[in-house]
Amino acid sequence: MYSPHTAADREAMLRAIGAASLNELVAQIPADLRADGFDWPTALAAPELLAHARALAAKNRPLACFAGGGARDRFVPAAVKALTQRGEFLTAYTPYQAEASQGTLQAIYEFQSSVCALYGMDAANASLYDGATALAEAVGAAARIAGRKKILLPESLHPEWRVVLATYFAAKGEPTLETVPCPTGRLEPDELARRLDETVAAVVVATPNFFGLLEDGAGIAALAHAHGALVVAVADPVSLGLLEAPGVWGADFAVGEGQGLGNALNYGGPYLGLFACKKAHVRHVPGRICGMTADADGKRGFVLTLQAREQHIRRERAASNVCSNEALCALAATIHLALLGPAGLREVAELSVDKAHRLAAKLGAVPGFRLRFAGPFFDEFALECPVPAERVRNALLKDGILAGIPLGGYDPAWKNVLLVGATEQRTDEEIDRYAAALGRLAR
Amino acid sequence: MNLLEKLSIEKSVPGRRGVRFAQPAQPAAAWLPETALRKTPPRLPEMSEFDVVRHYTRLSRLNYCLDTHLYPLGSCTMKYNPRANEEIAALDGFAATHPGAPDAAAQGTLEVLWRLERMLCALTGLAAFTLQPAAGAHGEFTGILIAAAYHRSRRDRRRTEILVADSSHGTNPASAVLGGFAVKTVASRPDGRLDLDALKTALGPQTAMVMLTVPNTLGLFERQIREIADAAHAAGALLYMDGANFNALMGLAKPADFGVDILHLNLHKSFSTPHGGGGPGSGPVGVTAALEKFLPVPRVAEKNGRFTLRTKIRGSIGRMRSWAGNVGVALKAYAYLRAHDAATLRSIAENAILNANYVRAQLRDLFPPAVDEPCLHECVLRTEPEKLNGIKTLDVAKRLLDAGFYAPTIYFPLIVHEALMVEPTETESKETLDAFVAALRAIHAEALADPDRVRAAPHELPVRRLDELAAARNPNVAW
Repeated sequence: MYSPHTAADREAMLRAIGAASLNELVAQIPADLRADGFDWPTALAAPELLAHARALAAKNRPLACFAGGGARDRFVPAAVKALTQRGEFLTAYTPYQAEASQGTLQAIYEFQSSVCALYGMDAANASLYDGATALAEAVGAAARIAGRKKILLPESLHPEWRVVLATYFAAKGEPTLETVPCPTGRLEPDELARRLDETVAAVVVATPNFFGLLEDGAGIAALAHAHGALVVAVADPVSLGLLEAPGVWGADFAVGEGQGLGNALNYGGPYLGLFACKKAHVRHVPGRICGMTADADGKRGFVLTLQAREQHIRRERAASNVCSNEALCALAATIHLALLGPAGLREVAELSVDKAHRLAAKLGAVPGFRLRFAGPFFDEFALECPVPAERVRNALLKDGILAGIPLGGYDPAWKNVLLVGATEQRTDEEIDRYAAALGRLAR
Repeated sequence: MNLLEKLSIEKSVPGRRGVRFAQPAQPAAAWLPETALRKTPPRLPEMSEFDVVRHYTRLSRLNYCLDTHLYPLGSCTMKYNPRANEEIAALDGFAATHPGAPDAAAQGTLEVLWRLERMLCALTGLAAFTLQPAAGAHGEFTGILIAAAYHRSRRDRRRTEILVADSSHGTNPASAVLGGFAVKTVASRPDGRLDLDALKTALGPQTAMVMLTVPNTLGLFERQIREIADAAHAAGALLYMDGANFNALMGLAKPADFGVDILHLNLHKSFSTPHGGGGPGSGPVGVTAALEKFLPVPRVAEKNGRFTLRTKIRGSIGRMRSWAGNVGVALKAYAYLRAHDAATLRSIAENAILNANYVRAQLRDLFPPAVDEPCLHECVLRTEPEKLNGIKTLDVAKRLLDAGFYAPTIYFPLIVHEALMVEPTETESKETLDAFVAALRAIHAEALADPDRVRAAPHELPVRRLDELAAARNPNVAW
């Protein structure tokens, strides 16, 4: 289909090879192992293919998105899309040949720098698959550094991420994961202190956490460090336009879901795993890292560095198997952050906080509905409904509203809890429409 | 300073902005405690939109890419990335759908995922697929966890070892260790194929799985694959196929017919989705019917034309990442496959095989193939420093950049001395291949006549050879 060969090309090439036919070449695969047919649809010509795709896309319903949970409907400037679609970025491979890849490499260096700036860290990698897998890598690295086996995970961490960690480590059996209950929606120092001992390698703390609440990062870090445990922070990078950086309040590793920086929702992927740490741990960072160096004339340039950590060198002795990452999503984030700058990122964060709080006040005032947890929250909150949250979510679809994520699927105790968020994208009209629809439901 | 292009932060001017937003009704201080707020803003560049557009456009021009240069990276399948696929994946209906949307609001996406899974089943002969893994290595890890779950379900706790070929990708042993397995390496024969006798010796009640790349990393078909599968199965082990090289089999053969139990495919290789400078990829994993229940969640199900996402499946290994997978990549692969019928699918593999053999045939006198016989989608050639004034593969690769070609994969597979692994793919024309062959022949001649010129390459690129040792010794990874 996309091969340029004419019959004449093929003939000339076969002649050069000394083969009589394509079949002769294909015969390297023994006949009894070749397929005699495929159950396959007819091909679609270009216009029909686009029409087919449009018809499928139209089966998805456009909704005003008040759902979060690590996937956020944020504004993506046109320049981000235009620049990331440039073939020079889009169609390049991992920059193995540094001299022919300085554009990608410098952009990775700028990405790593931006991530370090947000998280208050010294080192970052070129990205991982998503926030959850970045956390799995960080937790694995922390256990190796600490030489201990146990990881404490608060219930206030995204439940899907907790399942990802359990999946990653189940077969190997280590590190072991222990969940710390969070009845108040937050990781309470007492609950943590009770579980900290010399077997704990790391404490994970998300702030804002899964319920949108701010955790006492500094207090938790001090407690963990007092027991010789490392601290792995999870933070939404947009929140860091406003909130104190994890590296400043004491985290040793910091990870996050970077989708909200210039990447579309895409029904869950491709997303962007952010990974950063303090300088002492740089040789435990998984995946690709770009470093600054100089060429033979002393001119500044960039290369993939510290490759001795990686699977293609160390094979079974490598600490991580990561090879491909989410480079183009990382480029989008880098461009996005350059466009916003510190002031723009702060504006996005403030708008989101403001809209989420105004929404929370309106929804919490609807009879039967209330905020599940007390305490300061960022741009998401847990709404306690008088009925199963899934019913609320489904009922509001007819108003064109995606009301949030019902949490009952994660934990039956959360059956009536709806995780609701607002971003800079939500308008006052949509917020009012949501509150009015909920009001009608309550009657 | 002597540099190519300033960093964005070096172009930053305090007060400049690329995008502005409305002001919030109330500032954050109204809602958040003062102690939670950061004391100093993050050190990000302050640039106008035009500054940003010019900066990244200028950076882009420092790259070689598939759109501008042949990219003959072996085992990477750098084929043309059709722009129709980009347009389709970016359609608002797909791109703007939140992964937490109820099934009823995401029927279009779910239908694509389900159809793509069915098409991958048809291509491979396997019973079921998951689209969740985000990359090939992630797919391998998924397959290894499935193997672990399978043996655990049979209460067979002796299976602690995974066998890999010495020609395998580094991710194979690395993924096996992540899954808690010990790795044993099985040697290849001089003809590049796995040594069946060595495999049989290595197999035992401790073997959980055999991992094999088909065609292997020398671009050769494992002709004894059925015997390998039978031997593995007789020992109670599973057979995993690393499908990174599936482009050679597309429309020609179904791995299930080889006796494969688990395989991963790379949508960013064989299925034409762009590599983006290192990702995003997608590494779907296919399994036999007996292993289907172990696949990670969520899984797409269909009933009477309605599609649902199932998150609770007894036996599943769990979740490999958040949400359903790299859906944006899956959309592109789906569009690619729908542009083909069964006959044109087959022509993908045929033309890929033709191109690799064309290059091999015209270079084999100067750069001897690791195994001198016809290959499938890629060929592994060797540089002979002893005949070339000490010129090594790395030097040849760098000089190729000067000639306007990206370099092949070099020094891989590890079992080949001074390897140059060339995979042209089916989308390159005869003229491009002729020019590539001519360039390599010219470099060979230059290595004989003026080796220092080759050794100092590249000469024509934005930078000369970069000091990797210095970068690793004293890492500078952020401004």
